[in-house]
Amino acid sequence: MSVQPTIEERLWEYIDGMATPEERTVIDQLIEADAEWRAKYGELLETHQMMQASELEEPSMRFTKNVMEEIALLQIAPAAKTYINKKIIWGIAIFFITMIVGFLIYGIGQVQWSSGSSSSSPIPIDLSNIDFSKMFNNTYINIFMMMNMILGLFLFDRYLANKRKKTFSNK
Amino acid sequence: MSPGLNDNELISKVLGGDQQAYALLVDRYKSYVFTLALRFTKNREDAEEVSQDIFVKAYRALADFRGASKFSTWLYTIVNTTCITFLRKKRLEVHSLDNEKVFEVADSQDSGFRANLVEQKSRIAMVNQAIALLSTDDAEIITLFYKGEQTLEEIARILGIEANAVKVRLHRARTRLKEKMQKHFAAEVNDLT
Repeated sequence: MSVQPTIEERLWEYIDGMATPEERTVIDQLIEADAEWRAKYGELLETHQMMQASELEEPSMRFTKNVMEEIALLQIAPAAKTYINKKIIWGIAIFFITMIVGFLIYGIGQVQWSSGSSSSSPIPIDLSNIDFSKMFNNTYINIFMMMNMILGLFLFDRYLANKRKKTFSNK
Repeated sequence: MSPGLNDNELISKVLGGDQQAYALLVDRYKSYVFTLALRFTKNREDAEEVSQDIFVKAYRALADFRGASKFSTWLYTIVNTTCITFLRKKRLEVHSLDNEKVFEVADSQDSGFRANLVEQKSRIAMVNQAIALLSTDDAEIITLFYKGEQTLEEIARILGIEANAVKVRLHRARTRLKEKMQKHFAAEVNDLT
């Protein structure tokens, strides 16, 4: 049972012309030497040829005329890139960047720099002196952080999708 | 009119204001689009309506075609989304091979097909009818691969799935088609061979 799908899959790749030259040579030999492979190849090749011979269905004679009549009064919509205003996109980006920078400034402003200098720690900031409760007890800040997290995840997903697409198109 | 022009040249003409050039694109792809639509709708009237809708949508969105892919790949993406929307609107049950009803429908259609086959004795007609008995997904992938002149990568782009998944689905679709042929047209296959 486990042998059958493997033979079929390999033979379909061979028939579709997707097998590597090495794989083609191996399959050529198998078809010649092995009766089971030969029979399966004949069977699949017949199916393949029948599918190739299948015909397209034809719409009615008036089809093109009907489409042309329908589009006669229509205008081609402008390309999406022409009506997406880049200024708005940049505006949104600047808004978020400003908010993040503001948040960082606010956070750093809470640090008591003087107490950090007496510490033996190599880091000049004494983290124990930062009052995190002041930063995170505000509902608006929590909402803002949540939005940033979602935005970050979304951008990360887009980045991964683009990367995958690039790898895919390079193959 | 310029029938010798390739798709991109025709699109440039249409975008340049020559609306009649679009008729050549419609003529070139109407059979592919109609066949794919028919695989979804299983009904010629609906397929005709959906196909017209697809060409109108494609015309409206033509400025968005950037030439990064083949025009046919871009067009089939519209076919896919429009047909799925159509099925959702009509609340048609998407045929599944696991669904017993499909077999009932197939069996009921089978008697009609047999009578037809006696007259036609045509291998091609038989394959077309066997494809019509497949689920929408299987029929679509077979049509795209064999008749739509699309590579696995292009089909993957149309369906929004990975190329490896397309390969697996195509393999399964072919296996099911073979089963359909054996189940419903075994006698005819023997007559023809």
